[in-house]
Amino acid sequence: MNKVYPDAASALTDVPHGATVLVGGFGLCGIPEEAIFALHDLGARHLTIVSNNAGTTEHGLVHLLKNAQVKKMVSSYVGENEVFERQMLSGELEVELTPQGTLAERIRAGGAGIPAFFTATGVGTLVAEGKEVREFDGRPYVLERGIVGDFALVHAWKGDTDGNLIYRKTARNFNPMMAMAGRITIAEVEHLVQPGELEPDGIHTPAIFVQRIFQCRANTKHVERRTVRKRTP
Amino acid sequence: MNAREIIVRRAAQELLTLNDQSGYYVNLGIGIPTMIANHVPAGIPVVLQSENGMLGIGPYPYEGEEDPDLINAGKETVSEAAGTSYFDSALSFAMIRGGHVAMTFLGGLQVSAHGDLANWMVPGKMVKGMGGAMDLVAGARRVIVIMEHRAKDGAYKILNRCSLPLTGARVVHRIITEMCVLDVTQEGLRAVELLNGETPATVQAATEPKVIF
Repeated sequence: MNKVYPDAASALTDVPHGATVLVGGFGLCGIPEEAIFALHDLGARHLTIVSNNAGTTEHGLVHLLKNAQVKKMVSSYVGENEVFERQMLSGELEVELTPQGTLAERIRAGGAGIPAFFTATGVGTLVAEGKEVREFDGRPYVLERGIVGDFALVHAWKGDTDGNLIYRKTARNFNPMMAMAGRITIAEVEHLVQPGELEPDGIHTPAIFVQRIFQCRANTKHVERRTVRKRTP
Repeated sequence: MNAREIIVRRAAQELLTLNDQSGYYVNLGIGIPTMIANHVPAGIPVVLQSENGMLGIGPYPYEGEEDPDLINAGKETVSEAAGTSYFDSALSFAMIRGGHVAMTFLGGLQVSAHGDLANWMVPGKMVKGMGGAMDLVAGARRVIVIMEHRAKDGAYKILNRCSLPLTGARVVHRIITEMCVLDVTQEGLRAVELLNGETPATVQAATEPKVIF
């Protein structure tokens, strides 16, 4: 069983037109940037992308939007991206806005074989329109569906050649759920190591969820909002 | 002090109501609520939860120590507090939806007399998405909205009924503005405190629903 690919392009080469692709990251933190660039270069179109955000005007998923590869986005927060806003308001891009916790749980559920679940989030709002609402213990809850993707693209700090993954700090975010819910999960890692080199107690995503893995080449990371304090002597 | 400072300083005083029983886990929404972190009263061991997967947000990092892998929900670089933990987004919202967060502060575009909140969308104009706000109002044990009392054009923001799409229905417990502190009660909005020299008359004039003084 070989899961290791030499680069992003070889790992993503069979992503077809019309695929549903789950993409990890929160803002630009923990996004699988090399996989996104490869998807851009390979050119699959009419994609449904499930990702908490749609990148910024300059970085991340915006490359796929600019290239008119995205038919639909499922996201919770899409500010800070002029390209997205323009395409959405013009009707070029279909958008399903989902509360962030509902989105995380829908993907977790999809990956765990749970087709739907009830949550209090969104009851009485646009989000609940057209969905079943049921009362449990006197409180109304809305029925939300699990999400499964044809592919999932995730970014991890360390991974071994079997596919075990460890994320770093808040770059973990949506990546573990995306990894669970992809029929084919492709992990890009900053450090690719041999099995046995990662502490088994510290694995965040066990290898069973990962079908393909490659080591990042450039490892560029972007800061959206640099906020610092001065050192006082 | 400008309106924002008045609001943020007063909002920070809410943290004094936390105790060992309620827990000290607080989520600050993005924007003005984030500024409350700079005004936590001395001696209150508040632990800030960040919906992107962190419990125990520290101050902004020193120059040169920014880490792209370490941000808050507003995508600002932050540092770790002592005892920080990291987790994925599903676990983060399990904390929020499971009722484990004692208090959340959110910004608002409109709040109704019944505690409905609208803060995520202006149809045809601004659609940024709700992010984690709908989850927070559904799951945090106490929901406090902090906002300027009226819109820039003078329009009411505290209304009989919200005209904008809701973030949550009947979810707000308290509203803090630069003019006053209002509680959402069965009987309607009750003024619990007037700020900045305001009077019942000035507050009522700036508020569409009848305020109980």
